[in-house]
Amino acid sequence: MSNILAFAETRLGKMRRAALEAVTAARQVADQTGGQVHAVLAGGPGVGEHAAALGAHGADVVLVLEHDGFTHYNPEALAATLAARLGDGYRAAFFAASAQGHDLVARTAAAMGLPYASDVTDFAVTADSCSVKHPGFTNKVIQSFSLTATPAIISLRTGAVLPKESAKAGAVEAITSAIDPASVRVKVTATEASGGAKLDLGEAPVIVSGGRGLKEAGNFKLVEDLAAAFGNAAVGATRAVTDDGWRPHSDQIGQTGRLVNPDLYIACGISGAIQHLAGMRTSKTIVAINKDREAPIFKVADYGIVGDALEILPVLTAAVRQAKGS
Amino acid sequence: MKIAVCIKRVPDQDVRFKVAPDGKGVDESGLKFDMSDFDGYAAEIAIQLTEKAGAGEVTVISLGPDAAAETLRKALSMGAHRAIHLKHDAHVSDGSAIAAALAAALKDGGYDLVLTGRMAVDTQNRSVGAHLAALLELPYIGAISKLDVDGTTVKARRELEGAFELVECQLPAVLSIDEGIARARYPSLKGIMAAKKKPMDVLPAQLGAVRYVVDAFALPPEREGGRIIGEGPDAVPELVRLLKEEAKVL
Ligand SMILES: Cc1cc2nc3c(=O)[nH]c(=O)nc-3n(C[C@H](O)[C@H](O)[C@H](O)COP(=O)(O)OP(=O)(O)OC[C@H]3O[C@@H](n4cnc5c(N)ncnc54)[C@H](O)[C@@H]3O)c2cc1C
Ligand SMILES: Nc1ncnc2c1ncn2[C@@H]1O[C@H](COP(=O)(O)O)[C@@H](O)[C@H]1O
Repeated sequence: MSNILAFAETRLGKMRRAALEAVTAARQVADQTGGQVHAVLAGGPGVGEHAAALGAHGADVVLVLEHDGFTHYNPEALAATLAARLGDGYRAAFFAASAQGHDLVARTAAAMGLPYASDVTDFAVTADSCSVKHPGFTNKVIQSFSLTATPAIISLRTGAVLPKESAKAGAVEAITSAIDPASVRVKVTATEASGGAKLDLGEAPVIVSGGRGLKEAGNFKLVEDLAAAFGNAAVGATRAVTDDGWRPHSDQIGQTGRLVNPDLYIACGISGAIQHLAGMRTSKTIVAINKDREAPIFKVADYGIVGDALEILPVLTAAVRQAKGS
Repeated sequence: MKIAVCIKRVPDQDVRFKVAPDGKGVDESGLKFDMSDFDGYAAEIAIQLTEKAGAGEVTVISLGPDAAAETLRKALSMGAHRAIHLKHDAHVSDGSAIAAALAAALKDGGYDLVLTGRMAVDTQNRSVGAHLAALLELPYIGAISKLDVDGTTVKARRELEGAFELVECQLPAVLSIDEGIARARYPSLKGIMAAKKKPMDVLPAQLGAVRYVVDAFALPPEREGGRIIGEGPDAVPELVRLLKEEAKVL
């Protein structure tokens, strides 16, 4: 039986939740096809400490690549290493559809001359077939595809598979880069926080988002306060707001920003333009606060409050704090 | 500097799509088409680079049916210098197959820079850029939101989740363009007139093998919703109750 590979994403030595999602997906397939799960974990010295978590989520083997040359994301060396591995007869490979994952999956597939399935929300991989679903047309159409290339290379949309524990051996095996990590043509020279949300929009179970209806940058404090009251919330924004420089571009949610699907999405002073909805309409529960009863955001909101967000937010923040006992 | 920009013609996204009768595409009747958003940003950047240098040439290339010529003509009216139309009537979902056709047409062009969009807004595949770079054997930086070309050094910024990274490579290179870099300009009347005389080569597309094919298109289930629970701060207690008891998210 051929094995399934999962790429375990890290950033500056920290493992990302997306790594556990990829391993969980690989485990699901391996359980059906009978292969083993091999997780590739790469980074600077010390990154191997995350191997145990990968084993706990279903990796039979964790292939650890520790090297100074991988402290920052090293796209060419990683893609070359993964392509070389995958050439050895894997059935499928899972990546996260994150900023890094999108980049790496495309490079790896390209290095092998194979197509891949991007941003997948649902998949069925057997020994000889692979079908996937992925949203297109500004997320307004669900496209189903067959991928006939082997290995079937897939990037998974955040949250499509939730991390699930399933303890396996997690045997650690050291591997080396397929090419000299210093000889690459493309070099990442810095990785820095962009001063936006502390919790990542893709990982936070709750997102509080603000739009132009907040009137000025300073009023985002009210959004941040509500996020802080939840304790597990990230702050998002519309393009109207990121364009005006009230928030960094990395906070933008929508067609051309982040695609998110938290348990709870609270839209404050957001009209609900189609391009914004494209990024958040799959959220499980949507709350909208808008002073215009006719605003399109109310059409997708489970719970809407008509009124001035600047008045409502402090009251809501206090109520959430009380409910959380914080 | 010689720059090539890959441009895909896509339906305008501001509509409610319908699935085509064969179930394998969107119903295109009544849809308007334009260049994919990110490709517009890429064209804009390319034109700006040649304007700033006061030299150079921008070639725009599109694989698609006859109508793709209209989209290329728009890029020419923005200020691109020449166009290549790779004719192909059917929709192709396999980015590696599209990239093979683009690479065949671009490989002997002596381009310093080849630009694509971060993704086509219709298929949302995000794969053509990396494939094109591999086929042209050039370095690739994907989804960049800032670009600085200093001599032969490319310095770019990529947005990550809550962070960014700075990336460098040397020309010639393939770059895919994210948002935030530039807005596509509107063609001027003068530009539209000038575009009519600019050269457009029409060639058959030499597609690669197609191994990613559409089985079916469907529309996502409509959200129920549209429930307004109250007005002003007075509605907050009811909201908190619903979040706790009904949605169970608090
Ligand atoms: C190609 C393209 C891509 C785009 N991509 C994105 C994207 O990724 N993400 C995105 O968000 N947008 C995107 N947009 C922009 C999008 O079309 C909208 O312009 C944008 O989402 C509007 O942001 P907004 O809701 O903050 O502002 P507005 O549309 O101006 O809405 C402000 C809302 O606030 C309400 N309001 C005003 N005062 C108050 C108050 N005191 N209390 C409560 N409510 C109040 C108003 O009633 C109004 O509904 C894109 C556009 C294009 C053309
Ligand atoms: N048919 C096409 N013709 C020209 N360029 C294309 C075509 N399809 C995709 N591209 C380019 O590749 C980018 C990424 O597309 P995709 O990989 O399909 O998401 C687009 O933004 C375009 O720049």
